[in-house]
Amino acid sequence: MPLLLVVLAGFLAAPVAPLLSRFGRQREAGWLLPLVPLAITIYLATLIGNVADGETVTASWDWVPALGVRLAFMVDGLSLTFALLIAGIGALVLLYAGAYMEGDPNTDRLYGWLLVFMGSMLGLVLADNVLTLFVFWELTSISSYLLIGFKHAEDESRDSALKALLITFAGGQAMLAGLILLAMTAGTSQISAINLGGAAIRADDLYLPILLLILAGALTKSAQVPFHFWLPAAMAAPTPVSAYLHSATMVKAGVYLLARLSPALGGTDSWFYLLSIVGALTMVVGAFLAFRQTDLKLILAYSTISVLGSLVMLLGIGTTIAVEAAVVTLVVHSFYKGGLFLVAGAIDHETGTRDIRDLSGLARTMPVVAAIAGLAALSLAGIPPFAGFLGKELLYEAVGESEELGVALTVAAMVAKALLVAVAGLVAILPFAGRPSQAARDAHDPPMRMIVAPGLLAVAGLATGLAPSLLSRPLISPASSSILGEPVSVKLALWHGFGTVLLLSAITVVAGALIYAGRRRMVAAAGTLEPLGTVGPSRIYDHALRGLNWLATTQTRLLQTGFLRHYQIAVLITLVTLVGTTLLWRANTIQLGDFDDLHVIEIGLSAMILIAALTAVLTNSRLGAVAALGIIGYSVALIYTIYGAPDLAMAQFLVETLTVILFVLVFYHLPGLAQLSPRKVVIRDAGIAVACGALVTGLVLAATSEQFSPSISTFFTSKTIEEAHSRNIVNAILTDYRALDSLGEITVLALAGAGVFALLKLRPAGTGSDEPPIASSSAVPSLILQASTRVLLPVLLLFSVFLLFRGHNDPGGGFTGGLVAAAAFALYAIAYDAESARRALRVEPHTLMGAGLLVAVASGLVGVLLGEPFLTAQWLSFDLVGFGHLELSTVLAFDIGIYLVVLGVTLVIILSLAEE
Amino acid sequence: METILAFVIGGLFGAGIFMMLRRSIVKFIIGLGLIAHAANLLIFTVAGLTRGEPPLIPPTMTELAEDAPFGDPMPSALILTAIVISFSVLAFAMVLVHRVYQTVGSDDIDDMQSTDT
Repeated sequence: MPLLLVVLAGFLAAPVAPLLSRFGRQREAGWLLPLVPLAITIYLATLIGNVADGETVTASWDWVPALGVRLAFMVDGLSLTFALLIAGIGALVLLYAGAYMEGDPNTDRLYGWLLVFMGSMLGLVLADNVLTLFVFWELTSISSYLLIGFKHAEDESRDSALKALLITFAGGQAMLAGLILLAMTAGTSQISAINLGGAAIRADDLYLPILLLILAGALTKSAQVPFHFWLPAAMAAPTPVSAYLHSATMVKAGVYLLARLSPALGGTDSWFYLLSIVGALTMVVGAFLAFRQTDLKLILAYSTISVLGSLVMLLGIGTTIAVEAAVVTLVVHSFYKGGLFLVAGAIDHETGTRDIRDLSGLARTMPVVAAIAGLAALSLAGIPPFAGFLGKELLYEAVGESEELGVALTVAAMVAKALLVAVAGLVAILPFAGRPSQAARDAHDPPMRMIVAPGLLAVAGLATGLAPSLLSRPLISPASSSILGEPVSVKLALWHGFGTVLLLSAITVVAGALIYAGRRRMVAAAGTLEPLGTVGPSRIYDHALRGLNWLATTQTRLLQTGFLRHYQIAVLITLVTLVGTTLLWRANTIQLGDFDDLHVIEIGLSAMILIAALTAVLTNSRLGAVAALGIIGYSVALIYTIYGAPDLAMAQFLVETLTVILFVLVFYHLPGLAQLSPRKVVIRDAGIAVACGALVTGLVLAATSEQFSPSISTFFTSKTIEEAHSRNIVNAILTDYRALDSLGEITVLALAGAGVFALLKLRPAGTGSDEPPIASSSAVPSLILQASTRVLLPVLLLFSVFLLFRGHNDPGGGFTGGLVAAAAFALYAIAYDAESARRALRVEPHTLMGAGLLVAVASGLVGVLLGEPFLTAQWLSFDLVGFGHLELSTVLAFDIGIYLVVLGVTLVIILSLAEE
Repeated sequence: METILAFVIGGLFGAGIFMMLRRSIVKFIIGLGLIAHAANLLIFTVAGLTRGEPPLIPPTMTELAEDAPFGDPMPSALILTAIVISFSVLAFAMVLVHRVYQTVGSDDIDDMQSTDT
């Protein structure tokens, strides 16, 4: 539980700063928030004793049991070392940021994202499950993106943030694939278990792909060549962010991953050569590029790249000494680099510039800062008795002892370290020595918080150098043990006696001093290599990004033309291609039925439908098209009759009649059918239509060749009498078994009716048409029609109610009854006018609509009141004198609700249109 | 008979889609009506055609065996819903086209490319 809290603390504390600034207490946040990482540091420090004795602290919870994904955390030497660095430096950075960002209104956002980052990073190093690790890995990428792009109004910030994001995300995706493969090969996704089965993994065929994929993630995150170019661009972030993420913690995540998986993946030749070569290359390139920069932050960024390269190289070598060197360098580097970055920020804050060409003599005006910078720089240069010297000695020992490539690596290490000594001079001597320059004159020592933070880090570098056992027993030994997979006891000492290593260190320092002294000439000489930058990875990235944008724009312009037809055609062509190919592939399963059982009527009806469809397509007359549609509808209804679906046939007849009336009412207001498209377009559309038609025919033939399992139908047929008390199975399905579907259906009807009402009746005055409505009292009356309608209306209404009541046992039901009633009133509106029809109806049709819905829902609620699910049918049977045995049920009420809705909706539509 | 109906359905679908690809919004509605009929016939045909056996149990039968000689009630239930809903959708579409024509003044869909028409 405490482990989970440690990880979540960052996330939970993140909203505190915006909350506080909501109440106007932004400044207090700067003092309160560093307490969170401080508390975490103190808690973690209490674990040091246990971990140093070889125990591990674990906590895990089930997340997705089916996939074996657990939220698992573990504290051992390696993760404790990292976690202490993250939390401790986090506290100092938050403290520093309080003073650095003074006056900036966006400070609470910075605090929030810094805390989220801290939580994600802690989750990453404490994770014991590969997917937990991945999730927190990506969270660090996201929070880094938001922090780099903090000043989002500036183009440079946004571009740099995107660059960092894209590169680390791409690496992260490859890493995910590698981690999943690793988990599959090892049979478990728990990292501690994977590390125990290392030998089997290294012998597996998948070892090399796994290694390459995981390396992709680690090397992109830790800015190794050729993926290093996002780190200098990330210097667009505010300095606290650069100090925290891009020197002390986040960029070391890749190194952490390599260290964590060393027991499982390390020790092979591929591991050694890949890591040591890439690491050494990065080490030299980083130091070289650092030497040529003029912006303080860029110098520090490139030197970080160099140190990261040396860490990767050491992990590649993988011997006990190398691992010890790696852990010591890791810790020591965080101290001095973090301190130097914060110093650079202080200089920027006070003088307004970071260019070393404009800065000199700051020792006079900012003496405390000068002292801190000096302490940190001495550690960077590896001068005893600072801790950096410890790291450098161990590094030389490790590369010297390496069996393969020993000489090459030693030379590389010496070159890089010499350049870094010169870099230390650039950072700590140049800006501070000499006479104060223009920019330095008005500077003074920054506020206390901006001194305490880097000061503590620099002093830590000195203290651990003077008393190395402060580090070695509690941190370095357990961490090294975790990486090597076996317990080691590390003894650090400043003095190892005279030996090759001491000689190499001395040569390095002297060489570095010489380089620093002759820096102007060296930088000029290095300028000749400038053209190499044009083919560098940064340029490749720019070109790739521009190409991607161009592709997206062109493709969108091609596909999104703005014409509805083109979208339709795209959908249809895709449909025909995909489904058609599958159909053709399985064409052998299609059987054409036998033609021996046909009646003339059926053939005639089919021919009539096809001819009517053709007419509807080709005709120029509106009424002709409507008539053709009507013929199709009635023919379909006759087909239903022939094939034993009486309910369907009745509904289809009525609906077709109403549809024809509707078409006539609407076409009165619309223009005639026009030929608007050129001939070529018509032929193209005809081709697509024929293809679709052929596809559908093929589908129907394929479907009718299959034998359906009739289990559902036999269930309904056999159960309907006893359970539903009904002999009309269709009606039982609609109003009882599938009542919820019917409820949805009448809701859709009501919505359509409401939509029509809104479109026709609720509009600003003066937008109606000028012609008189089609069904008005000025139309020529037909006496015969009027007289017969007067008689027919009550008869038809009675018939509709009859259909409603008999529907449960014979053809009929709510739908059919409602349609008959609606047709009756439509007839009345045609014979007289819409006004008279409304008077005959006595209530507004939309009232009927709403009442029907209420009745239907209420009938369903009766079941709920009796403790059963919604819409369960409730039956009441009794014997009535003179009538015999009666059964009343809520199903009838539901059917009445359907009746009312259908009647109301149809009349809303027809009467509103008739009054247009 | 299923085979012939398959071609009828294909013909209706083809005609409907052709109409829906036209530039005149009036023809669009006609196409919608054609497709609605085609879809209903499709469900009906695919479920199997049994001539003259409605899914109604005569009053004399009280016990039913599993293989009772009745037509399939499922497609009827589905299509009944479909008929009524497609009627309401068709009505809504018609009214919408009518209002669009009143507002825009043209029945050519190419004139309606932006919302500022």
